[in-house]
Amino acid sequence: MTQKLALGKALNLGLRRAMEDDPKVLLMGEDIGRLGGVFRITDGLQKDFGEDRVVDTPLAEAGILGTAVGLAMRGYRPVCEIQFDGFVFPAYNQLVTQVAKIHNRSRGKLPMPIVVRIPFGGGIGAVEHHSESPEAYFAHTAGLKVVAVSNPVDAYWGIQQAIASPDPVIFLEPKRRYWEKAEVDLDAAPGPLFASRVVRGGDDVTLLAYGPMVKTALQAAEAAAEEGRSLEVVDLRTLSPLDLDPVFESVRRTGRCVVVHEAPLTLGLGAEIAARVAETCFHSLEAPVLRVGGYDTPYPPSKLEEEYLPDLDRVLDAVDRSLAF
Amino acid sequence: MTALQQATEVVDPVPGAQAPHLPGQPDLVQLLTPEGERVEHPEYSIDVSDDELRAVYRDLALVRRWDVEATALQRQGELGIWASLLGQEAAQVGAGRAMEAGDMAFPTYREHGVAWTRGVDPLHVISLFRGVDMGGWDPIAAGLNLYTVVIGAQCLHATGYAMALQRDGAEHAALAFLGDGATSQGEVNEAMIWAAAFSAPVVFFCQNNQYAISVPIERQSRVPLYQRAAGFGFPGVRVDGNDVLAVLAVTRAALAAAREGQGPTFIEAFTYRMGAHTTSDDPTRYRLGGELEQWKLRDPIARLKAYLSRSGIADAAFFDGVDAEGDELAARIRKGTVEMPAPAGTEIFDSVYAEQTPELARQRAEFVAYHEGFEEAGE
Ligand SMILES: Cc1ncc(C[n+]2csc(CCOP(=O)(O)OP(=O)(O)O)c2C)c(N)n1
Ligand SMILES: [Mg+2]
Repeated sequence: MTQKLALGKALNLGLRRAMEDDPKVLLMGEDIGRLGGVFRITDGLQKDFGEDRVVDTPLAEAGILGTAVGLAMRGYRPVCEIQFDGFVFPAYNQLVTQVAKIHNRSRGKLPMPIVVRIPFGGGIGAVEHHSESPEAYFAHTAGLKVVAVSNPVDAYWGIQQAIASPDPVIFLEPKRRYWEKAEVDLDAAPGPLFASRVVRGGDDVTLLAYGPMVKTALQAAEAAAEEGRSLEVVDLRTLSPLDLDPVFESVRRTGRCVVVHEAPLTLGLGAEIAARVAETCFHSLEAPVLRVGGYDTPYPPSKLEEEYLPDLDRVLDAVDRSLAF
Repeated sequence: MTALQQATEVVDPVPGAQAPHLPGQPDLVQLLTPEGERVEHPEYSIDVSDDELRAVYRDLALVRRWDVEATALQRQGELGIWASLLGQEAAQVGAGRAMEAGDMAFPTYREHGVAWTRGVDPLHVISLFRGVDMGGWDPIAAGLNLYTVVIGAQCLHATGYAMALQRDGAEHAALAFLGDGATSQGEVNEAMIWAAAFSAPVVFFCQNNQYAISVPIERQSRVPLYQRAAGFGFPGVRVDGNDVLAVLAVTRAALAAAREGQGPTFIEAFTYRMGAHTTSDDPTRYRLGGELEQWKLRDPIARLKAYLSRSGIADAAFFDGVDAEGDELAARIRKGTVEMPAPAGTEIFDSVYAEQTPELARQRAEFVAYHEGFEEAGE
């Protein structure tokens, strides 16, 4: 059965299904119960599963992640919502020094099947701390897995796969795409969670993106096609571990690679990807791997975010530079 | 009855009004009843001239008018979002007016009434919510730090500022604003521990407006918030946050004690957020209309107006004058908002560091060249 779903609604249904499948799944977060979350991702779940399974927490992110550890030690599968990307930092200590290390510290005796859902990225005209892209902080932390979904199908299946994962997963949701719709097959998962995927075939340049930038990359490929340029677009989907084999395969054909993300350029995911592509595909490359990202500045006030965020033009500009090299 | 049941026993917090969902509390400092009757309190008295009373009323009324205009501007697409102070005017104006020059306020994102008393132009505050900048006023000159959106972070800043005042032998104090929800944050609790450890001249002013977005106070605390102060080792006091005179008296006393070296105080201003959390919020999802109706009976402005009229301190002409002034203010805010110039793109780069880095200078130059390219292409 397929159903046309917005990304946010797909998450809601995915969470519902995970809760039905496993009574140990708990949702925890600020305003997720009665209100259904500020983006309504958990809408209706408290009503149907009760206050013990959809927990409106005190206003304390360190508490949300710290207690999730204890709950996980007794077999629960906490799914924590952080209200906005910029508010994950009170929990950062728990995530980096505890959640990420406990499996290793216990030599596998204490798995940490915790999911941290974070609406991330900009483009919604918000005030400070509501538009951040903190993925690199987590991807840099051994012991955490990091995924970023870009579409309703991956939202629906990905959240269930993340919850089923025995490892802690930072699950990044592209907040400005919550309302984007697609047909979702509710019976069959499209593939594993920790895998990248070619979402548009092409021969001239390989374009890599994840989360909110996948749509931008696809639009850029569309525009480029009108000028006779064929871009292959890869949705990275998993940021830690990275799944670059499909990328290497693609770059060996195209000889050119552009990575796009909203996060600041320096030491962003693009840096790691560029290094690995250079290491692995050196002899196939016709141009250096180029990166398009946010600038190395704090996320600006919303009147300037259009100038800060990579858009179709900046992606095409990089594509041009790659082709001209 | 167990101790826990006793501690959370439901008692009407405001005499004469029902709020059965709220935890019980015995002491509420009040100098003006919801009906606008002047009452005395054994520990807190206040000496205010008629002129000052009228000025306080004017502040309350103008701040509300500003707030109403900002909400309208958001609805019309002129602001990205607005965090309304509706219902909390007395708590904010009372606290703000208790400050002296040299004192420093550390607001959240809702303290427009405090900003007003510090003389910050409403258009500065508006510019933040319009997405033009992050506030733009000079924090030290204004005695008002920039708005802080990350819940609770400013409580530690206020404490550190107070420690600096103490070191410098300056007889001033810091005033940290926080919400009821914020009291759950680790950093807020650390701030109170630090303030106590160093006997810092800081006052924690908590507006308990009963909700953290949708989450009622019961989820944050099962004892009245002001009682927490005892555990940190300094006084806590609960004041009727809708009674501007009581707030003024209690905050003045706490700030004076801090300036005199007696250390911190925690003030719980018991109030109610009469509007939505912000313009993005829909409170009908989590609270009953009846609750709002109850609190309307305790409206902070109506009660001062009743007192001023009945006592003859202000007449109809005065109130008409304030209304007219409110309309002028609203018109100025509206005009200033819609005419507010958009920031230059290069502002993104210009104040990241005190000393610009070569890499950021390079990115800036690249940014300028890229946008010039569009202009040349006539796009
Ligand atoms: C660290 C952090 N977590 C979450 C948020 C999102 N948030 C903004 S306001 C708010 C509720 C705050 O409640 P309270 O402290 O009672 O202040 P009020 O808004 O009622 O004035 C929340 C959860 C935030 N700003 N910062
Ligand atoms: Mg509150």
